[in-house]
Amino acid sequence: MVQFILNEQEIKTNVSPGLTMLDFIRYNRHLTGTKIGCREGDCGACTILVGELKNGRLSYSSATSCLMPIANAHGKHIVTIEGINLDTLNAVQQAFAEEGATQCGFCTPGFIVSLTGFCINEATPSYDKAIDAMNGNICRCTGYKSIERAAATVSNTMQQRNGTSALQFAVDNRMIPAYFLGIESRLAALLNNAVKQEATGKKYVGGGTDLYVQQHDTIVDEPLNFLYDKSELKGISRHGNTCVMGSATTVTDIAESKIFKDHFKELPAYIKLVSSTQIRNMATIAGNFTNASPIGDFTIFFLALDARISMVNGETKREIFLKDFYKGYKSLDKQPGEIIEKIMFELPSATDLFNFEKVCKRTNLDIASVNSAVCLKMQDENTIATASLSAGGVGPVPMYLAKSSAFLLGKRVTAALIHELTDIVQSEISPISDARGTEAYKRLLLSQLIKAHFIKLFPALPLEHVMYV
Amino acid sequence: MSIRNIDSFTHTRGESIYLDDIPVIAGTLYAAVFGSPVAHGRILKLDLAEASAMEGVVRIFTYKDVPGKNQIGGIVPDEPLLAEDIVDFNGMPVALVVAESQEIAHAAVKKIRIDIEQHEIITDPRVAQSKGQLLVPPRKFKIGDSDTAFKQCRFVFEGIAETNGQEHLYIETQGAYAVPAENNAIKVYSSTQGPTAVQKHMAAVLGIPMHRVEIDTTRLGGGFGGKEDQATAWAVFCALAAWHLKKPVKYSLHRMEDMRMTGKRNPYSSDFKIGLDEHLKIIAYEATFYQNGGAAADLSPAVLERTLFHCTNSYYIPNVTATAYSCKTNLPPNTAFRGFGGPQGMFVIEAAIAKAAEALGVTASEIQQKNLVKTGDEFPYGQKMVSEAAECWDKAISLYDVQELKNDIAVFNASNSLYKKGISFMPICFGISFTKILMNQARALVHVYMDGSVNLSTGAVEMGQGVNTKMLQVAATVFSISPDKVKLSSTNTYRIANTSPSAASATADLNGKAVQIACEQILERLKASAAEQLNCNVSAIEIKEEAVLVNGRPSGLSWNELVLSSYLKRVNLSEHGHYATPGIHFDNTIEKGHPFAYHVYGSAVTTVTVDCIRGTYEIDAVKLVHDFGTTMNPLIDRGQIEGGLVQGIGWMTMEEIVFDAEGRLRSNALSTYKVPDIYSVPKELDIHFLETSNDNLAIFRSKAVGEPPLMYGIGTYFALRNAVKAFNPSSDIGFSAPMTPEKVLMGLYSKKENK
Repeated sequence: MVQFILNEQEIKTNVSPGLTMLDFIRYNRHLTGTKIGCREGDCGACTILVGELKNGRLSYSSATSCLMPIANAHGKHIVTIEGINLDTLNAVQQAFAEEGATQCGFCTPGFIVSLTGFCINEATPSYDKAIDAMNGNICRCTGYKSIERAAATVSNTMQQRNGTSALQFAVDNRMIPAYFLGIESRLAALLNNAVKQEATGKKYVGGGTDLYVQQHDTIVDEPLNFLYDKSELKGISRHGNTCVMGSATTVTDIAESKIFKDHFKELPAYIKLVSSTQIRNMATIAGNFTNASPIGDFTIFFLALDARISMVNGETKREIFLKDFYKGYKSLDKQPGEIIEKIMFELPSATDLFNFEKVCKRTNLDIASVNSAVCLKMQDENTIATASLSAGGVGPVPMYLAKSSAFLLGKRVTAALIHELTDIVQSEISPISDARGTEAYKRLLLSQLIKAHFIKLFPALPLEHVMYV
Repeated sequence: MSIRNIDSFTHTRGESIYLDDIPVIAGTLYAAVFGSPVAHGRILKLDLAEASAMEGVVRIFTYKDVPGKNQIGGIVPDEPLLAEDIVDFNGMPVALVVAESQEIAHAAVKKIRIDIEQHEIITDPRVAQSKGQLLVPPRKFKIGDSDTAFKQCRFVFEGIAETNGQEHLYIETQGAYAVPAENNAIKVYSSTQGPTAVQKHMAAVLGIPMHRVEIDTTRLGGGFGGKEDQATAWAVFCALAAWHLKKPVKYSLHRMEDMRMTGKRNPYSSDFKIGLDEHLKIIAYEATFYQNGGAAADLSPAVLERTLFHCTNSYYIPNVTATAYSCKTNLPPNTAFRGFGGPQGMFVIEAAIAKAAEALGVTASEIQQKNLVKTGDEFPYGQKMVSEAAECWDKAISLYDVQELKNDIAVFNASNSLYKKGISFMPICFGISFTKILMNQARALVHVYMDGSVNLSTGAVEMGQGVNTKMLQVAATVFSISPDKVKLSSTNTYRIANTSPSAASATADLNGKAVQIACEQILERLKASAAEQLNCNVSAIEIKEEAVLVNGRPSGLSWNELVLSSYLKRVNLSEHGHYATPGIHFDNTIEKGHPFAYHVYGSAVTTVTVDCIRGTYEIDAVKLVHDFGTTMNPLIDRGQIEGGLVQGIGWMTMEEIVFDAEGRLRSNALSTYKVPDIYSVPKELDIHFLETSNDNLAIFRSKAVGEPPLMYGIGTYFALRNAVKAFNPSSDIGFSAPMTPEKVLMGLYSKKENK
C-alpha cells in the first residue's frame, strides 16, 4: 500500500506501485489540470510538487509526474494545480493572466506549479531562480517573454519575504491555500502510522527518469524494487579528502551540497547544463551510471574525478573504479541483483583544476552531442602532475580517455601540447553519426571542448589561438 | 479595448477542458493505430490473430471495415484512411485496434505482424521530381521577362537554399472522442482546426450525410497548422469504431505516435538566380522550388501556392519567374504550419540577397532597403500593393539606433576572437486571405437572451491565438455592453455549418466580421424597439455602456430592460451573420489576380553572439516594428508576435527533423527534437506597434497577426551566418536551415586558415 497526501486529501491506495503519478492523478483521481505532453519528462506539462519531511522539516521540490512511480510518493505531499487553487486567481495565476502568459493554456498549469515551487522554496528568492524553476517547462505558444514578465512580478513580491517562513509567506500573499500550513504535522503523523512498504521486485528503480522514458509501456506492472527513498542510499559526506555519496543522491542534492559547492566553484554553471529542475530533483547519480548512456552527464563528470563505486548484492560487497564499470554499449560489470551503494572520489584540492563542458542542439534541457570533463593535479602553475580526461558521445560507452590522460603526465601546458593532445584524443574515440550529429562534427566538437577546458583553466596563458584547427 | 484572454482564469487554474479532459462515458473504448513499419511497399500479409486474441481487445479494423469511401484527402483524393495494398510512408495507418483500455490497445498494436514487399524509398524531393513523382502539376508565377532581364543585369548570382521541416509540437497531441447518437448519427469531440473538414470526411467514410455528424471543439492545446487537415484521421478512426461497435471510442495519441504518424512543415530545396544593376536594384529573379510533400497531397498544393505568392518577400522585382514542384516522397504527408509555405519562399530570396551582398562586398541590408516594395508596385501574381514596407524599415532603423548597433558589433568583433557577433535585417510582407477564394467566408450565430446576456457561436476554433477573446470584443463593442455579458460557445458543426478551418491568419477577420454583421442586425432591431418605446426617431437612439441614449442623453432605459421589453414584443433577438471577403479574386489559369484582402508588413533587426570555440550561440536581441493597422487587443497581439517569432527562431536554429534513408523518423520524441526553451529565446525583444492608416479589410482595422511574425525568425539564421562569416570569411557555409550548433561549428572551421 502506498500512503500519501494528495493536495488536501490523504490517499491510501493499492494500485500497482509502478504506476506513474501522472496516470494516478488523471485517471484514478480525475484531476485533469495536470497535463500529458510527452510522457518522457521533456515538456513539464505534468509538473507536480512533492513535499517531504527532511529532518522533520517539510520542503517541496518539483517533479514530472510522468516519470514518477507512485511508490516514490509514499509518506509525501503531492501537489497538483488543483491543490494550489484559491477561490479566485492566486498571485502566481494572476501574474500569468495579466501578462498574457497563457495562450492555448495546455502547458500553463505546469508552469504555474513550477513557479509555485519557487515561491515555497526556502532559498533566497531571485528573478533568475524564478526562471530556473520553469526551465523544464516547454511552451509552444508564447515565446516565453510574457512568462518572464509574470515571473518578474512574482519575484518582486517574493523579495519582500525577508525572514518569514516560505509557506507562511506564500499563504499570506495568496500564493497557496492555508491548508499547506498543516501538512508538516499531517505528514509526520502519516509516517508514524503508515505501514512501511516492502519492495521485493527484482528490477530496481531510482528516480525513474531513464527507466520510465525507455520502458514506459511495460514497467508499470513489473515487480519493482524502489531505491529512491532508501535512507541508507542517501547523503553526501566528507572523510578527509574523500567524498562519499549515497547512490540515490539526486542531482539537486549535489547542487545544494556545501561540499560540492566548496570544491567546484563553477558548479552552478555545470548544473545548469544538465537536464531541468524537475528532472534534477528526481534523477539519481547511480541511475545515471547504470543507464550506461554514452553521454550521461554525471557519468562523464565523475569519470574525470576517477570515482569508485561500491556494489552490494545481499551480503556481498565489492568496489570498482567507475571507468571499469562499462564493458560495451549498455553492458556493465554488474551482476543481477547487484546495486550501486556508494560513490567515492577524491575532492579536488585548491590547486587542482576541474572543468566540465557540454554542447547540444539546445543549450539547456537537452542530451549532449558531446560532453567532456577534466581534472588536473598540478606540479606548478602551468605543469600538470596527473590528469583525468573523460568524454561522452564519442564511443559506445562514456569514455575515460586513458591514453590522453597518461599523455599529460608531467607536461607543461602550451598551445603545442594541446594540439598534440587533441590528436591523441582523436585516436581514442569512435563516434558515430546519429540524430545528435555527424561523426565529423562530434570529432571536431570534442577537440574544441578539450581546447575549451584549457582556455578556461589557464586564463593567464596565451591559448586563445589554439581554437583554430 | 484591451482585455485579457477570456480563458486565462480556467487556463491558469487547470480547469480548461481539452480533449483528454472530457469526462468519459461508462463503456468507453480506446483506440490505437498500427502504422506501417516500412516507408514504401506492398502489403503481402497482415496478421491480426495474436493481437485480436488478447484479453481486452474488442476488435481490430482494417480498410475492409470502411462502409463508405476509404479516403480522407483534403485537396486531392490520394490519401486512404487505412492502407489497402500499398503503404507509402513509415507510420501510415494500416489497422485500428479498439480495446477496453488505452494500455491494452497499445499493447495489441505491438502484436500485429505484417509482411511487406519493400519498394524504392524516396525521401529527397529533387529525386522525386526527377522521377516524375509529383503530387500535383507544377505551378509557375511570372512577371516581366527574366530571361531577357538577366542579360541586362550587371551582376548575376546563383545558388541553392534549403529549409528543413518543422514539427508542430502542439503540447496537446492529436485526439478525438466519438460518441454514437440515435438514428445513425454521431457526435465527435475533435481537437481540430477544421471541424467541417472532419465532418465532411467522416460522413464520406461512414457513408452518411453530413447532417448526422456533429463535430464539437471547445479549444485546442495548440495547433499551428498541424491540426488543420491532420486532425481528421484520428476523429474518423474513432467514429468508424464507434459506428460499428455502438460504443464511445476515444483516442488521444501518445507523443511518439503523433510525431511518427503526422506530417510537418514542408521541407524545401530550391534553386535561385538573382540579377542586379549597378545601383543594387534587383532586376531579375528566378527560383525553382522543390517542395517535399510527403506521401499524399494533404495541403501541400496550397502551401506550394503560397510559396510562390511570397517568393519575393517584401521586394519589388520587375522580372520574376518562379516555378514550384510539389514532390511525392515516402514521408508522412506534410502539411500546414504557421506561414504555410510563405517562410520557405522568403528564405530563398533572403539567401539570394545574402549571396549577392557577400559577393559584392556590401551588406545585405543595403540591397534589401533599396528594393522594398512601394505602394502601386505589382507583385508577380498581379496584385498592386498598398505598401507599409518602407515605413516599417525606416522606423526600425531610427527607433533602434541601428547605425550605433552596427558600430558596436564591428568594435566587438575586432577585439574578440573567442566570440563573434552578427546582425541581420528581416523585412516581411504577408498576404492575408485564404488563397482559395471560396474559403474566405464565415458565419456567426448570436443569441441575446431575455436577461440581456449574449451567447456567441462562430466557426473560429480557439487554439491559443485568442480568437474567442476577439470575437467577444466584437460583440461587446457593437452592442456597447460589458464583456462579462458575452459568453463564447464551442465550435460546433450543428450550430455553424460549412466552416473554413481556423487558419491563414484570417480567422478573426472572417468570423469577427460575421459576428459584427449579426450583432449589428440585432442592434438595429433593438434600436427600433427602443424608438417605439421612447417615442422618438430610430436615428436618435444610441446604446452606450448598456444605457439607451436619445440624442446623446440618457433615456432611463437600460440594455437589460430594452432586451426584455423587446422580447415581450416578440422582436427577434437572434441572428446568423454571414461574411464573405469582398474584392478578392484569383485566376489560376493565368496565375494572376487580387488574392489578398490586404498585406501585413514589418521589419526585424536581430543580433546574435556565437561562441567560436564551441559553435553554440545566443540571440542577444530582436527589435522589430510591426504593422498592426490598429490593434484591437495589444496584449493578445503582442503574444502572437512573441510566440510567432520564437517559433520561427526555433525552425531556423535548433529544430532539426531527421529522417534516415529508410524514411524512419529519428527525431521522434522531445528528447531528440528540441524546440526553444525559456533560456534560448532572445534576451531582449522589443516590439514597436506601428499604427498604419491605410484602409484595410481587417476586423476593426486590426490586422491579422497569427502567421506574419514567424518569418521574423528568418533573421536569426542570417545573423548567425554573418557571425560565422565574421570569424571565418572564407567559410563555405551554404544556405541550409536550421542553423544548428553543428552547422555553426562546421561553418566556423570550414576552410579556416590557421592563424
